[in-house]
Amino acid sequence: MSLYQTQKLLYMLNKNPKLQVTFLADQDSVLKDYKLSDEEIDALKKPDIGLLYVLGVNGQILMHYAAICGFAWPEYIQAMRDGLEEHGNVRNGLYVTTDGKGAI
Amino acid sequence: MSLVFAGVCSHAPGITGRKHMADPDDRESFYNAFDEMREELEVTKPDALIVVAAEHFANFFMNNMPAYCIGMGDEYEGPIEDPEWLGIARTNVPGNPELSKRIIQRVLQDVDVAYSQEWKFDHGISVPLHFLTPRYDLDIIPVNINCQGPPLTPLHRAWAFGEALRKACDEAPERIAIIGTGGISHWPATPDSGKINEDWDRKFLRQWSACDKEALLGYGDEETWRDGGQGGFEIRTFIAISAATSGRTAKVHYYRPIPIFAVGCTIGIVDLED
Repeated sequence: MSLYQTQKLLYMLNKNPKLQVTFLADQDSVLKDYKLSDEEIDALKKPDIGLLYVLGVNGQILMHYAAICGFAWPEYIQAMRDGLEEHGNVRNGLYVTTDGKGAI
Repeated sequence: MSLVFAGVCSHAPGITGRKHMADPDDRESFYNAFDEMREELEVTKPDALIVVAAEHFANFFMNNMPAYCIGMGDEYEGPIEDPEWLGIARTNVPGNPELSKRIIQRVLQDVDVAYSQEWKFDHGISVPLHFLTPRYDLDIIPVNINCQGPPLTPLHRAWAFGEALRKACDEAPERIAIIGTGGISHWPATPDSGKINEDWDRKFLRQWSACDKEALLGYGDEETWRDGGQGGFEIRTFIAISAATSGRTAKVHYYRPIPIFAVGCTIGIVDLED
């Protein structure tokens, strides 16, 4: 349920520029509306893109949150690779990596 | 009238958003293939373009995920992504709600389909339109097949959906073009981004070109995920186009793996001429 809540929050953020402004100014005011674990809250606040990936957030949702947080594309890819190193393979969802090396 | 044009193309966000990072020959050759597709589309003088796409959580989420949805709006806005990130300016795209309604009503005879009068295009539609209708002066009817959030519709239902779309087009007096847009193999937005299974892609494209229904419907999701990645599920859009043009062969005008675009870049056009 918690992964669903994390992805729902990011889905809402990605499609709503006004909510992005609110979130960037006061994260807690948005996070309180979702049932999230402490680990998820920390990952969202930091932001720890690598951990969010490992927790199972769909890449099609996560890549936009990374962009909102200022990650350029190579930084986003590297953050996920760093997450795999630090936290192990993806715990849930479709986005379990194969070798994590890609081609770029 | 019926279909006047049918084809398939890639839609990955890197095609426009990371064009500055691509090898110039990769970029220009693929853009040229898109230009040639646009020219072939324009020659057919369509009244509307149906875009069978696989959106990525721009409009639909796991709180209410339709297997199939057809747009019925007056207009659509896109891209929903940051225009600078995607490399495409945000704009309004004309719809045709009256034609959409007729198509939806006819499709419902065979396949249960959701409809939406609100739809924000993500890169799945905005990238193809950027190349194929750059003046945004052609009525667009967006169609979505859920290829992102399992459970996913079985391939034989994607075929039935494509057949239902064709029946709807056959009953419309308008000149209708249809494209499917998706990956083939790709691992988008993951650490594996840029990985492309060229052999798997080329095999699939041979089967797609031959409109080999048995082969196309033989792909299991487990095999597709293993060999074609998460993005491989988007073969549903190509299969729907095959179903809509059943019995017709197609030509792959362009295929080249371009890792920085994170997909095997593809342009294919169905031969609708007798």
